[in-house]
Amino acid sequence: MTDPESNKYDVCVIGTGMAGMAATLFAANRDLSTVQVGHTGEIIFTSGLLDLMGVHPVNAKHLWHDPWAAIDAVIRDLPNHPYARVKKEDIRTAVEELLAFLNDAGLAYYRRGDHNSEVLTSLGTPKPTYAVPQTMWKGVEALAQKPPCLLLDIRGLKGFSARQIAATLQEGWPDLKTAHISFPDTEHLSEVYTEHMASALVLSRNREKFARIVQPHVNEAQVVGLPAILGLYRTNEVVSHLEQLIGVPMFEIPTIPPSVPGLRLKEAFERGLRLKAVTYFSQKRVLGIRHTADGFFEIIIGRTDTEHTVLSRAIILASGRFIGGGLHAGRKRINETIFDLPVSQPGHRTEWHRRDFLDSRGHPINQAGLEIDDNFRPLNGSGRPAFETLFAAGSILAHNDWKRMKCGAGVAIASAFGAVKSLIRICQ
Amino acid sequence: MNSLQTQVLIIGGGATGTGIARDLALRGVKCILAERRDINAGASGANHGLLHSGGRYVSSDPGSAIECREEAELLKRLAPQCIEDTGGLFVAVEGDDEKYVADFPQLCSQCKIPVKALDVKEARELEPELSDKLIAAYMVKDASIDPFKLSMENISQAQNLGSTLLRFTKVVGFEKNNKEIRTTRLQDIISGEEIIVEAQQVVNATGAWAGEVAALAGAHIDIIYSKGSLIVTHSRVTNRVVNRLRSSASADILVPGGTVSILGTTSIRIDDLDQVYPTVEEVDTMVDEAVKMIPALETVRYIRAYAGVRPLVGSRSASDDRSVSRGFALIDHVHDGIENFTTISGGKLTTYRLMAEKTADLVCRKLRISAPCRTRTEPLPESQPARWTEPGLAPKLWLRHHEPEDILLCECEMVPKSVVDAMVSSIREQNVQPDLRAIALRSRIGKGACQGMFCGVRVTTYLFDQGELHPEQCLTHLREFFTTRWKGQHPTLWDKQLMQSELLEALHCGFFGLEL
Repeated sequence: MTDPESNKYDVCVIGTGMAGMAATLFAANRDLSTVQVGHTGEIIFTSGLLDLMGVHPVNAKHLWHDPWAAIDAVIRDLPNHPYARVKKEDIRTAVEELLAFLNDAGLAYYRRGDHNSEVLTSLGTPKPTYAVPQTMWKGVEALAQKPPCLLLDIRGLKGFSARQIAATLQEGWPDLKTAHISFPDTEHLSEVYTEHMASALVLSRNREKFARIVQPHVNEAQVVGLPAILGLYRTNEVVSHLEQLIGVPMFEIPTIPPSVPGLRLKEAFERGLRLKAVTYFSQKRVLGIRHTADGFFEIIIGRTDTEHTVLSRAIILASGRFIGGGLHAGRKRINETIFDLPVSQPGHRTEWHRRDFLDSRGHPINQAGLEIDDNFRPLNGSGRPAFETLFAAGSILAHNDWKRMKCGAGVAIASAFGAVKSLIRICQ
Repeated sequence: MNSLQTQVLIIGGGATGTGIARDLALRGVKCILAERRDINAGASGANHGLLHSGGRYVSSDPGSAIECREEAELLKRLAPQCIEDTGGLFVAVEGDDEKYVADFPQLCSQCKIPVKALDVKEARELEPELSDKLIAAYMVKDASIDPFKLSMENISQAQNLGSTLLRFTKVVGFEKNNKEIRTTRLQDIISGEEIIVEAQQVVNATGAWAGEVAALAGAHIDIIYSKGSLIVTHSRVTNRVVNRLRSSASADILVPGGTVSILGTTSIRIDDLDQVYPTVEEVDTMVDEAVKMIPALETVRYIRAYAGVRPLVGSRSASDDRSVSRGFALIDHVHDGIENFTTISGGKLTTYRLMAEKTADLVCRKLRISAPCRTRTEPLPESQPARWTEPGLAPKLWLRHHEPEDILLCECEMVPKSVVDAMVSSIREQNVQPDLRAIALRSRIGKGACQGMFCGVRVTTYLFDQGELHPEQCLTHLREFFTTRWKGQHPTLWDKQLMQSELLEALHCGFFGLEL
């Protein structure tokens, strides 16, 4: 064990999206001294839903009810997919460990047995996913059973229309009603934001005001759905209090990211990881890395100028793709931004994208990324691990079109687990 | 089945067709204009938006150069609301043909085109982004023009004077008696309904499609299709139009328009009008070439590309499409044995009014109407429907005075709810269903950096809440909107725009599952 006091760590995790957070958690849970560095932005772009595997093969638009059977099929058909490098029981362990952590942090997730569920999006489309935040769960049940239901939208909240969602679903759900309400104390505002409303509902007097507005619309409805605003913190308390006040169960409908469920995840991870004594450099990036003679990485961290220098035995690279900054695309080619690792990619920009945005085969650029060995170590130009103790996890890995396969969170968590497991074995 | 009668049926709602409608309306002639898609759906909406001084053509086509000079002067006076009088430069860099450079001022003065020689230092002070490899620079009177606004204003005045616009209405056939088109069969491509039009005269102003339409009437026209692609930058690079001072080639012209600049064009012979889309190769060719003139074009952010077809009426054997005349072709099909059928094709946006005038003259002669052309002297009135295409107008008005309820639906281009409402009612006045595409055509929505990722959803949601869209249309409209915008985006996806497109797909496929 290295000593954090001397700025020496067992592992440095680069990245603060789902893969970075998961890798940090798994490392900290295994008593590795851990430092994490990155912008804090990425995780709030998650929808809050935890996808494991939903669609395969993508061009057949084949939707899977059983994500584990889907993973078997993927491993069989796509031997380079990151799931093919993790044992299935390890994927399970990883998911359970992460969900237990979130549960302890106050963010409970629900599942339908061990199967995928459908969650209603703010466009009224059903989204297949594996684990669903507690606040959305009654919506999953409502979508399946179609009881009398009231959908609410809020004056001044853009891009969320209860009537539009209802219209998409009307067929086969006759008792779906909608209402348009004003959020308390926003009469003077032209525009309202989910984050502000979610903060306001943390206070019980605001919940009482809100319930008085919602109550007259409930009528015959047995359940009420509304945009994801039910508390930025202490959501259990917020939801049960509101349900008590209006007399029926409520559920959240996830809104366009960045959204409240993403913010809750960010808060939960940051709070929970701090308790596990992780050193966390937020709003920073890696400015440079040097591999020292005694097998350590010397990592220079800061915004634009050097603010910290740490030494780490290993690195887990979870820096994401283009939005996260792990990959960068110039006009001619795609680069990995920190180590300049080779990036598996289509030959020319003409092949990056298809001419139809919704082409069912997906865009080839989404298969680009890092090639790895079975220990999640990125390969160099000669096909060998670039460094003995450099690992990679998450969306930066090649052969993983998470947007189309609906496997983003699952791959992030599973590959983070695989990387940490290999790291422990190799570093011992 | 619907049956209509009119004096003149105009087919094609581009700059020429709408210009003819206005010209005829001002002479007291009522028209029906049938457009297969929407206003400026073809080349009129897919060009530089350049009002040529004429300088570009002094060497290859002095006749066109003179026409451009005359028409540009006239439009600056009569349609100033459509024009930003930027001025222009012609510049040559090291390695360019020095004889071409040396001949240029003399050729300009032969066409009476005002030109002023600048020394290189002076030019770079005016436009700091110009290359330090400049060897010559001349100042001319180029300007930028908003083609959407122009066509909208033309058709609005024609409508106010009693003419009719039929959008999304295509020609399916002509019924002829021995020497005349008796009726024209149209079809509403949305409802499928047929419309029979009995017109005394039929004008084919369908640009690149002129050959196809003429063939329906049994007439033959030789047209070369030359595709030209252009790229739009995220912010404005130069204040003036900048032309490369050489014989025409790819990526020679950078035209500012409002808050952006447009770089173009390529010239690629195509055989099939379904191939009109910009490609990665064209974008790369243009950027590689244009950086010699303006190095910053290597690193600026491009937000989309688009392509149009130049209909070049003439011999198919011409080796370089740029050398075929850019002058227009006015064809009286009396030579094909059809006495009341006229085709107008070719030409340039700058000379659209002259083309309309000449066509209207011919049509009026055939109708035995002697009213003179008035578009040469009367200003083009400013109309409401055309206002929102102007980059920066919506934000200006929104910042000046907005009601508390007036939220921004498009944040990149700052288009508020009230502007969408105004467009919805003006689109309704044109007997058209207001949807996302009609609104995108008439405004800056979806044209900013986010490419419609957020505003597409917001506007759809808003239109639905206003009762403008049927439930089953919402997702279809969104899918179509993104599919259409993507065609222009995908050749410019690197660096920041690639990040943007990744977010777009994460949201609309990863989350909403629009591809499923």
